[in-house]
Amino acid sequence: MAMTEQEILEGLGKIINEITGIPASEVTPEKSFVDDLDIDSLSMVEIAVAAQDEFNVEIPDDQLKNLKTVKDVVNFIQA
Amino acid sequence: MRLPQGAAGARVLAFGHYQPANVVTNDDLAKTMDTSDEWIRSRVGIAERRLASPGETVVDLAVQAGGKALAGSGLSAADIDLVIVSSCTSETPVPAIAPRVAHRLGVNAPGAYDINAACAGFCYALAAASDAVRTGSATNVLIVGAERFSNWVDWTDRATAVIFADGAGAAVVGPSDTPRIGPVVWGSAGDKADVITIENRHSYLRQEGQTVFRWATTALHPIAREACERAGVDPAELDAFVPHQANLRIIDALARKLEVDKAAIARDIVQAGNTSAASIPMALSRMIERGEAPSGGLALLFGFGAGLTYAGQVIEIP
Repeated sequence: MAMTEQEILEGLGKIINEITGIPASEVTPEKSFVDDLDIDSLSMVEIAVAAQDEFNVEIPDDQLKNLKTVKDVVNFIQA
Repeated sequence: MRLPQGAAGARVLAFGHYQPANVVTNDDLAKTMDTSDEWIRSRVGIAERRLASPGETVVDLAVQAGGKALAGSGLSAADIDLVIVSSCTSETPVPAIAPRVAHRLGVNAPGAYDINAACAGFCYALAAASDAVRTGSATNVLIVGAERFSNWVDWTDRATAVIFADGAGAAVVGPSDTPRIGPVVWGSAGDKADVITIENRHSYLRQEGQTVFRWATTALHPIAREACERAGVDPAELDAFVPHQANLRIIDALARKLEVDKAAIARDIVQAGNTSAASIPMALSRMIERGEAPSGGLALLFGFGAGLTYAGQVIEIP
């Protein structure tokens, strides 16, 4: 069963909260990881790995650098 | 042919450590390269590190740490019959470090050799020492992890210059009626050999930080768990968790995934930087000194790094 955008967003919010301490409520689609959420590249790797486990989707390092906003990641997972 | 009797088990009698006197803070580094205290603390977790003095060699570092472990063990130099040094940063390819350490500590004609398994080196040396004692190849073994990264670091490369540092840690391993050093779990990923390198004697240390980070935070926790399982120990029972001090975020990710609920977690990197083979014995030696690792408790030691290679085992804390 495919996940809805909302379900993915909530799952991602939990992961980001666990790894960075940022409240899940702040993880909204338009936010940029680097500029808005202050999440650096090492945390992005941790988030990508956790998202792989949670959503069963491969996010290799060379794709990761193209994912700038929360919405980019949600779209990637949905695709 | 016949074989010696050996011992039923092996144990660590004591740890020792040595940090060079020269403290280098993040602010010191920020004077000569584009970095900051805030950046280093948040990315890597280091507040300060030590660098050896000019003329203070890897052998010197190893002798200091080895001497302290020997003193703490209650044994004398005459009791040691094997010396193993783990290092990947020696100034001198030939001779090995171990015979020189043995000589300077007054250990008379022991078996002596170096191993190079980078940041997993101490755990490999510990396995070798434990096996030697159990099979009767040796009675008491001095093992040392010693590194002088200042020989090999490019001080203009902020990707490595802020991370790697100098230091040494050591332990004395002897016989025991019951096993107090658990079975080793080890392995390697030679397909990733190019990820951390010093290519030749004229090269600097280089690493692909993100690849290492991803590998360390994903591939290793099942292996660390297996080291516990093989020893018959639940990670939740551990009193101390001492992974290689590569990066504070790797340490925290490993601890989180292993679910080491009551263990004191080694975060020696904050004051010591990344000292490769020295990092595990230095961290545990200092935890014991500060009363954070209870004597008789259980510690999981887990090293991983260039090779890529890894090894770990559970031990009873001396």
